[in-house]
Amino acid sequence: MTVSTGSTTGDGSTTGDGSTTVGGLQDIKEVSRRFPDSPHGHLEDLRDDPIGLLHRVRDECGDVGRFRLADRDVVLVSGAEANEQFFRAPDSTLDQAAAYPFMTPIFGKGVVFDASPEERQQMLKNQALRGDMMRGHASTIEREIRRMVADWGDEGEIDLLDFFAELTIYTTSACLIGPPFREELDEQFAHHYHELERGTDALAYVDPYMPGVESFERRDAAREALVALVQGIIDKRKARGTVAKEERDLLDVLISIDMSADYITGIFISMMFAGHHTSSGTASWALIELMRHPEVMAAVVAELDELYADGSDVSFQALRSIPQLEAALKETLRLHPPLVLLLRVAQEEVELAGHLIPAGTMVGATPRVSNRIAEDFPDPDAFDPGRYVDPRQEDLAHRWTWIPFGAGKHRCVGNAFAMMQMKAIFSVILRDYEFEMTQSPETYRDDTSKMVIQLARPAKVRYRRRAVSTGSTTGEPV
Amino acid sequence: MRVSADLDLCQGHQLCQGEAPTVFGFDEAADQVVLLDERPDEALRDAVRTAVRYCPAMALSVED
Repeated sequence: MTVSTGSTTGDGSTTGDGSTTVGGLQDIKEVSRRFPDSPHGHLEDLRDDPIGLLHRVRDECGDVGRFRLADRDVVLVSGAEANEQFFRAPDSTLDQAAAYPFMTPIFGKGVVFDASPEERQQMLKNQALRGDMMRGHASTIEREIRRMVADWGDEGEIDLLDFFAELTIYTTSACLIGPPFREELDEQFAHHYHELERGTDALAYVDPYMPGVESFERRDAAREALVALVQGIIDKRKARGTVAKEERDLLDVLISIDMSADYITGIFISMMFAGHHTSSGTASWALIELMRHPEVMAAVVAELDELYADGSDVSFQALRSIPQLEAALKETLRLHPPLVLLLRVAQEEVELAGHLIPAGTMVGATPRVSNRIAEDFPDPDAFDPGRYVDPRQEDLAHRWTWIPFGAGKHRCVGNAFAMMQMKAIFSVILRDYEFEMTQSPETYRDDTSKMVIQLARPAKVRYRRRAVSTGSTTGEPV
Repeated sequence: MRVSADLDLCQGHQLCQGEAPTVFGFDEAADQVVLLDERPDEALRDAVRTAVRYCPAMALSVED
């Protein structure tokens, strides 16, 4: 490590004159700039090539480095030790709320929630994501996939972004809000939701309402359109009157306490946000990686054929172990984590990787970079599902650097749901269809121009119904 | 085999209880796992390993 740590050793007592605070940050090396004339520090780097910037921080600065985002310093950590300190820090030390200004206009400017993000996360976990709810969610997801492929015919072509973004609107709304609400949605809702996700330009770190930014204007128009759609659904519910308890969903509950359409829409957007673009992107990348690696695809398809040879249900198996598919999904998540940069704001002075970070500083960890640290993940850029097989188990062995779901107390509460959803999706589509790339393999890539990363278009694939499910019926259960 | 649970990480998903109910209990008030048996019998090895592997919070570990 090249960083001087002058203030951290000595006689062990604190210097206590305040200069260590300043020194702490200045001791941390700042990463080079590709846009030295930008008035906003590394903002243009982040907008142009965030992944390049994040890797460069580790390459140039080591486990702890620094970049400038508009008028703020961002201290970026990577590596097991610094990551563990970052992820173990309590909310009172490192807070999430102020770190994502680009979310405020999406959830709604006037919407002030009664609960903190942590409390809402806890509520989600205790309600919609409860372990005993998963079986119902699994059959809901299976039903939604079958509806999506119902008009596919024997062969055709789909755009991965369109397909999975729409599918995951239906699955997240049905599972988190309720099937009656989902029945009111169509591709219009998915389209507007996509515009919200596109409205996450890092320019929001200067001003989330900056005039003249087209993606912000489209974001705000999309949110208005969503409020209007929800208002229409509310009006229908009110005209219909009360229904039996088992036919109600979360929307009925919120209407009954007289919440406005704007407020309800904000709640729904925020409930669905964490589970939407993340699941959509992961499903797309998993299919792309499986097509790029035919031997892995063949092993997964054979595994599924055998697993379902006895006629068992997707809703049953998706909650159980499907080792080859799980390993392929984990490796997809390692290489293509949906969130590349996790941010917090220091609420008080905090020590990270031997440096004192003053209150008010932004601090970040990066799944994209940590997931590819060669010391922990040999041949880090290679797609190798064998990493998760006994005895390697690189996800468990390196739980502070294998961080596609984050880590620590705030590790994604939806991760079991997400894995179940992926297993259900691939259990359906890989048994009924074969897929092939219609573009050269390297042309499938992410559009990283916004903070919410999405698959870049075009991302077309061709499907063909499998001749006969030839499931290896002689196979013994493992 | 020795099992440990990191209570700073546990999010109270309770999946481990389904896998190995004699090893993992649950404290309703704290919304967290309670280790009932730190050195479970060898017969429980597979169940314990499954619990560790599928813990949504990666809060569990097992050492030989």
